[in-house]
Amino acid sequence: MKQLFKKNNIGWLFVILSVIAITLFYFYPMIDALFLSLQSGMGSTLTFTGLDNWGRLFNDPTFIAALINTSIYLIVQVPVMILLALLFSSLLNDQTLKFRGFFRTAIFLPAVTSLVAYSVIFKYMFSGDGIANQFLMSLSIISDPINFLSDPFWAKITIILAITWRWTGYNMIFYLSALQNVDKSIYEAAKIDGASSLQQFLKITIPMLKPIILFTTITSTIGTLQIFDEVVNITGGGPGNATISISQYIYDLSFKYTPDFGYAATVAYVIVILVVILSTIQFKLAGDKK
Amino acid sequence: MKKIKRISVYTFLSIATIISIYPFFWMIVSMTNKSVDVTQGRQLPGTHLIENLKNLFEQVDIVTALTNSAIIAVASTFLTLLLASLAGYGFEMYKSKGKDIVFNILLISMMIPFAAIMVPLYRLFGRISQTAPMIGIDTLAAAFLPTITTAFFIFFFRQNTKMFPKDLIEAGRIDGLSEIGIFFRIYVPTMKTTYAAAAIIAFMNSWNNFLWPLVVLQSPGNQTIPLLISNLGSSYSPDYGMIMSAITIATLPTAIVFFFMQKHFVAGMMGSVKG
Repeated sequence: MKQLFKKNNIGWLFVILSVIAITLFYFYPMIDALFLSLQSGMGSTLTFTGLDNWGRLFNDPTFIAALINTSIYLIVQVPVMILLALLFSSLLNDQTLKFRGFFRTAIFLPAVTSLVAYSVIFKYMFSGDGIANQFLMSLSIISDPINFLSDPFWAKITIILAITWRWTGYNMIFYLSALQNVDKSIYEAAKIDGASSLQQFLKITIPMLKPIILFTTITSTIGTLQIFDEVVNITGGGPGNATISISQYIYDLSFKYTPDFGYAATVAYVIVILVVILSTIQFKLAGDKK
Repeated sequence: MKKIKRISVYTFLSIATIISIYPFFWMIVSMTNKSVDVTQGRQLPGTHLIENLKNLFEQVDIVTALTNSAIIAVASTFLTLLLASLAGYGFEMYKSKGKDIVFNILLISMMIPFAAIMVPLYRLFGRISQTAPMIGIDTLAAAFLPTITTAFFIFFFRQNTKMFPKDLIEAGRIDGLSEIGIFFRIYVPTMKTTYAAAAIIAFMNSWNNFLWPLVVLQSPGNQTIPLLISNLGSSYSPDYGMIMSAITIATLPTAIVFFFMQKHFVAGMMGSVKG
């Protein structure tokens, strides 16, 4: 018994460095941000102003624009991407399909690129005289070039297309690996019972993958809520504030405009609150149907 | 009917493949073309590869950026692997109620968005600067220190440790190895593939990181490769051929790592979700 106790104490030695690092670099900043959000001032001279920053949020057009834009990215992009990834994975799970490995690698490839690098490429592809316009015009789908980056609507679409390009294959890999663990006889039995591909997809694939769909939805939600690299490098947040994200606004408040760390921390907490609310909803939705 | 279905599946997957690969194709082709040809959408390889590379190496300090990125990525990967594997092993091998509680608290940090802690982290490093300037603001150390442990990697190592043969530990104890000795002499060599998978993901994350280096690295001499590309991409008179060369060079390391270690990479990602 004494021996066991001693070994358990040694166990703490293994974990202590990580506990210190995570406390210092994650939990301490979270608490500091909460205190910061109750203070205002420029640069390093901060004074306690209570809930002023929180009140300021609702009268701040840039914050509201950032909140709306980020919500649009989230509501449009995450479901589209998850559905596409599910579709790819169920098609590629078919053992009789030729070139499966090739398709898988190709669709996954975007996931290894740097967010900045691919964003700059997308910026050029979707510029006024860029390849996207040249392609659409050569197919006579459009007669005049679309101002992808300078039109508030199309700029958002461009960003959504870009994120979808980058992350669909990444999510697909999780589903593909999970599908490999699903017993193939279930599908065969369904086929014999006359279930169509769509029915098999809805009644077998999606329920089987539910825990992983939950995992990918939550990670994608957290990822999209803090989208920064793409917006900054594709549109710079423009035109006007038509594409600005919450993260970009936090960055601007802290490091671009006259620094206001207190208000920046308040805006940052909005992301935390959104993550908590959305994750709880997603857990609930997934849990109820179990 | 069945044939039509087959054809539509292949067509759909082929279109998806083209869309996935096309930006890479265009990036590489553009690397060999003049700036004006890139803007005009030239899809064929040109003869300006050497000139673009020459411009890149002469006009911007890409060597420094690559070196900085490499130092940060290697240091970050090494420390991540060391700390996370120690912790994953510690949590799995020495169980107690207290440790489970601590482990669950650490997992909460996975839900903390980086944007939310960026400003306090910057202030923290500002304070560190006053006592230890060598790891404070605008140092390469500051760029990787906050990334050295994440709950994800601890979780990943803990999951993989479940498969580690426990008999080996008893054997080590009988041979008189210390607990730390068992870890380094027996556990680390046995878990090579787990380390490989974690290393790939940690390296890619660090190599591609943008926001924190943008915040904490200020002087041009500390620029990393994503910062350099971002600056080139937002310049007023961009030399597209040169920028595409920079992007290709920046993408190469992760693309090579991916192609040679695809299996480990995918295994590593799956490590994050398996029960």
